[in-house]
Amino acid sequence: MGARPSFDSELETLNIELIRMAGLAEQAIRNSIAALTNRDKAMAVNVAEHDREIDEMEKTIETRCLKLLLRQQPVARDLRQISTALKMITDIERIGDQAADIAEILMNLKNDEPAKIARHIPEMARVASEMVYDSVTAFTNNDLEAAKAVIARDDVVDDLFCKVRSDLVELIGTTPNKIDEAIDVMMIAKYLERIGDHAVNICEWVEFYETGEYKNTKLL
Amino acid sequence: MSSISVKNLELYYGDNHALKSVSIEIEENKITALIGPSGCGKSTFLKTLNRMNDLVDGVKITGEVLIDGENLYDKRVDVTLLRKKIGMVFQKPNPFPMSIYDNVAYGPRIHGIKSKRQLDEIVKNSLIGAALYDEVKDRLHKSALSLSGGQQQRLCIARAMAVEPQVILMDEPTSALDPISTMKIEELMLTLKEKYTIVIVTHNMQQAARISDYTAFFLVGEMVEFGETEAIFSLPKDKRTEDYITGRFG
Repeated sequence: MGARPSFDSELETLNIELIRMAGLAEQAIRNSIAALTNRDKAMAVNVAEHDREIDEMEKTIETRCLKLLLRQQPVARDLRQISTALKMITDIERIGDQAADIAEILMNLKNDEPAKIARHIPEMARVASEMVYDSVTAFTNNDLEAAKAVIARDDVVDDLFCKVRSDLVELIGTTPNKIDEAIDVMMIAKYLERIGDHAVNICEWVEFYETGEYKNTKLL
Repeated sequence: MSSISVKNLELYYGDNHALKSVSIEIEENKITALIGPSGCGKSTFLKTLNRMNDLVDGVKITGEVLIDGENLYDKRVDVTLLRKKIGMVFQKPNPFPMSIYDNVAYGPRIHGIKSKRQLDEIVKNSLIGAALYDEVKDRLHKSALSLSGGQQQRLCIARAMAVEPQVILMDEPTSALDPISTMKIEELMLTLKEKYTIVIVTHNMQQAARISDYTAFFLVGEMVEFGETEAIFSLPKDKRTEDYITGRFG
């Protein structure tokens, strides 16, 4: 046992909250895509409503971090851990927003057409949601290699995004009357692609936490 | 101003090996903080920088402390002149039981300055330098013991400055002071480093982080890590340093 058990236990709670927040964001992505593939508008509504929980968690974690800075005056690894957490939650909150944005598109669908033409979307969502969860567990497990692996996996999401785009360009060329649906799917793909980018951002902060360097620049 | 180069400094108090092969380059016009738990050797090390350990019975010191290339422990060194070059401020403010003016003029008088005009000027400039002049200018001939603790400590800094040292050593200079006085001394140190090289021992890690440019961490007589303060407090290299500064020590 270290000499600061109460501080250690606060830091542990911070990690648990981060994992819970990441879990909510990951679930929001999965549910929004399930809403698409299962043509389930109720689930889409549910995703949009649950976004508030993620926003609340952001505030809770923010408050915890600021109190720890105030009361514990952390240095070294503790300082890096708390400042990384503060940066990460902004990205997780944005991820939640984007899952909610996807759900919102689905709530306003006029027909089932997008589900039929969204060939690569479920795979994109699967990879992106795993990236989100893995990025946060890389942080809580102090696992730099896992963070780097998540960053590398963003190429998979980007490739799928390109495939979705080419499919839609082709579709619009052959069936111009499906342009509305194509735009909806394009938006969904773009949101998923952005979610991948947010997971990368989180991992870049994990690199800072482990090495003191952010995007190869020493911050301190 | 002066840089200090310490090479393989060993110090024994009898059988107690209090400093183990300490080597460090102390930069001029910078504040170097020495941190570490009680008994780690940081104050002992500070005292070796102006030979204050010489008076301790059974002390044995080897290695070199070079100030501007000159070894402090060379037999030809005049210790009185050395202490003129290297001033010291202690944990507890220790003004002499005499007037404010005489406290500051004490050192210059010892070193032969007799002209009142010259002494007046030294006293005034030293008090200004120590950010105390405005508070005491109307009572320079009152007893120094009538000052508050924080003022007494600034007086001691003025007294140290009066002999125009190149280096100022400070041994926990604010540990007996209230927060406002502490902040005043810290602000003062930041201006003093433009003219002097400052080495400070402190138990207050936030203080080291706030004011020092470099930090050295000591543990059982060994200097475990030395580097830029921001590096030490953000990404220390040695696990023992990390454990100490994050309070996970022991």
